[in-house]
Amino acid sequence: MDKSEYKNVYVFIEQRDNVIQKVALELLGKAHDLAGALNEKVYAVLLGHNIADKAQELIAYGADHVLLAEDECLKDYITEPYTQAITQIIHDYKPSIFLIGATTIGRDLGPRLSARITTGLTADCTKLDISEDTKELMMTRPAFGGNIMATIMCTNHRPQMSTVRPGVMQKMAKDTSRKGEVENVKINFDKSKFKVKLVENVKVTSNKVDIADAKILVSGGRGVGNKEGFEMLGKLAEVLHGEVSSSRAMVDAGVMPHDRQVGQTGKTVRPNLYIANGISGAIQHLAGMEESEFIIAINKDKFAPIFKVADLGIVGDLYKIIPLLTERLKFELENR
Amino acid sequence: MNIVVCIKQVPDTTEVKLDPKTGTLIREGIPSIINPDDKGALELALQLKDKYGAHVTVLTMGLPQADAALREALAMGVDRAILLTDRKLGGADTLATSRAIAGALRQIDFDLILAGRQAIDGDTAQVGPQIAEHLGLPQVSYLLDLEVNGKNCRVKKSTEEGYQILETEMPCVFTVLSTANKARYMTVNGIVEAYNREVEIWNADKTGTDENLLGLKGSPTRVFKSFTKALKPAGETYEVSPEEAVDLIISKLKEKFII
Repeated sequence: MDKSEYKNVYVFIEQRDNVIQKVALELLGKAHDLAGALNEKVYAVLLGHNIADKAQELIAYGADHVLLAEDECLKDYITEPYTQAITQIIHDYKPSIFLIGATTIGRDLGPRLSARITTGLTADCTKLDISEDTKELMMTRPAFGGNIMATIMCTNHRPQMSTVRPGVMQKMAKDTSRKGEVENVKINFDKSKFKVKLVENVKVTSNKVDIADAKILVSGGRGVGNKEGFEMLGKLAEVLHGEVSSSRAMVDAGVMPHDRQVGQTGKTVRPNLYIANGISGAIQHLAGMEESEFIIAINKDKFAPIFKVADLGIVGDLYKIIPLLTERLKFELENR
Repeated sequence: MNIVVCIKQVPDTTEVKLDPKTGTLIREGIPSIINPDDKGALELALQLKDKYGAHVTVLTMGLPQADAALREALAMGVDRAILLTDRKLGGADTLATSRAIAGALRQIDFDLILAGRQAIDGDTAQVGPQIAEHLGLPQVSYLLDLEVNGKNCRVKKSTEEGYQILETEMPCVFTVLSTANKARYMTVNGIVEAYNREVEIWNADKTGTDENLLGLKGSPTRVFKSFTKALKPAGETYEVSPEEAVDLIISKLKEKFII
C-alpha cells in the first residue's frame, strides 16, 4: 500500500431524522486540529435524504469539504447501504484518517467498514494525536473498565479509522463566514445485498436509561430522605440529561427501586459526572462509584467519608443548594 | 434451526495488567467468566431452542483454559462446544480475531449466529459485525429481542433514544445485550454431564484462513503503549454559602466540559 496516496481527515456525519448529531460536530472540531498538524483538509461525509441544507452548518463547524451522498436508502441508518456508500467514498477519495462517533450507529458501521476495507479500527477513543516524527495517528482509548489506557496505531493500513466517544472532543465555535466546498457524490448501490429493513423507530423517554450506562448521575442518600427529595434531584438530573440513582439506605427504605441502587449490592457506575447528595459514603457505596470521572459531594457532615473520593466537596444543605443549582444550570445551558 | 453462539472468556476483575513489553494482556491468575453480553446471546439461543427446537453450538477462541467457559455453556444446555485455540492466533486485534472466528464458522452449519455485543475486557463491539462482513451476512447489533418466523427474523435493537424494530432473514448475525434476558443457571445434572462431554479442539489450520491474516501478524492495529490512569488528586472541600457553592459547581462543570 502506498500511504502517500492517502490524504486528509474525514468525519462521518451522523444524522438522525435529518438532525446532525452533536458527536459529528465534536469530531469536526478534532479533525480540524488533526488536519492542521498534517497540513491537510477536513472532509465531512454526509449521507442522507433531502439533507443538502445541512452542508453549510458542517462548514461552519470546521469542514473544508462536504461530500454529500443523497439517496432514499440513506434516509435512516441501516448497516449495508451506509457501508456501501462509505466504502465507495474511501476507495475513490483515499482518506488518511476516518473518524466515526462511537454511538450505536457508529459502533455498528465502523467494524463492518473496517472489515470490508481491510484496515484497523480503534474503538471508543478518548484522545487522538498526530505523532510528531512519523505523522501517524495515535489513538488512545480506555480498556478494562477504564483502568488502563492504551495508545493504538495503524501504521501499515489506510485509512486510520477510529470511533470516538461522544462528549469527549470539543466542537469549534460556529463560524458562518467559513468557506468550504460541497460536492455531490453518486453512490452505485448493490441493492441485492440489502437484507435488513427498518420497521419502526421508537423513542422512549430517558428515565429508562440503565444507571450503569448513564453519563451523568444525580444520586441521593439518607440526607435526601424522602420521595419529594428525590423529585428535586430528578429536576436537576433532567436539566443535566442525567439519571437519578440512590444509595442502599434509600432503597431499603422503599423510597427508590433497586435498579437505581449504586454500590456493592447494587450497580457499579462510571459516569462522567456523579453528584452524591446526602450520601455519607459507606465503603460499599464507594465501591460502586469511585471510578466516576468527576465526583461532586454535597453533605451536611464535613467528616463524611464521601469527601475523600470527591473531586469537589460542598459542606452544606442540599435542600438549599440543589434548587439553586438546577435554576442556574437551566440558565447556563439555555444561554450557551 | 442451527444456531452458533460465539462467546469469549473474560477476566472477572478490573485488576488486569498488561505486559509492558508487548502491550498485550497478562491473563494468568485472574478468575474468568463468560462475558456478560455473550451470556445474553447464549440464553437467547437456548430460549429459541426451547421454543422452536434448535441445535446450539457454542464457539470460542482463546487459551486452553477457555474450556471452562464452554463447559458452563454445555451445562446450561448447549449441544456442541468448539474451542479454537492456537499460538498462531495470539495477539490478534479485532480484525484478525474476526477472520479466525469467521473461518471456523465456515466449517459449521448455521442459520443464525449470535454473539455478545461487546466484551468487558476490550469493550470494542467490533468482532460481531466484522464476522458478519467476512461471511457476507446481514447484521443487527445491540439486540434486545428476537422473533423467528420461518427464515424471517424480527428483532428489537436498543438505541440511545429507545429501540428499533428491524426485519431480516436467515442466515444472519446478531449481537446481543446482557440486558436482553436473565441467563439461566446451570443444572446440577448439566454440570455433571458437561464434564463428560466432548469439547472439540480446533487449531488455526481448521479455519482455512491464510496464517498471515491471523494473530498478531494479521492485525492492522498495534498497541503502541499502555499505561494506567494517573491517580486522582484529592479534591477540595468547601464550607460556603449555597450561592457560592453553586458558583463553584458551575465553574468546575465548565472546566471539565461537562456543560
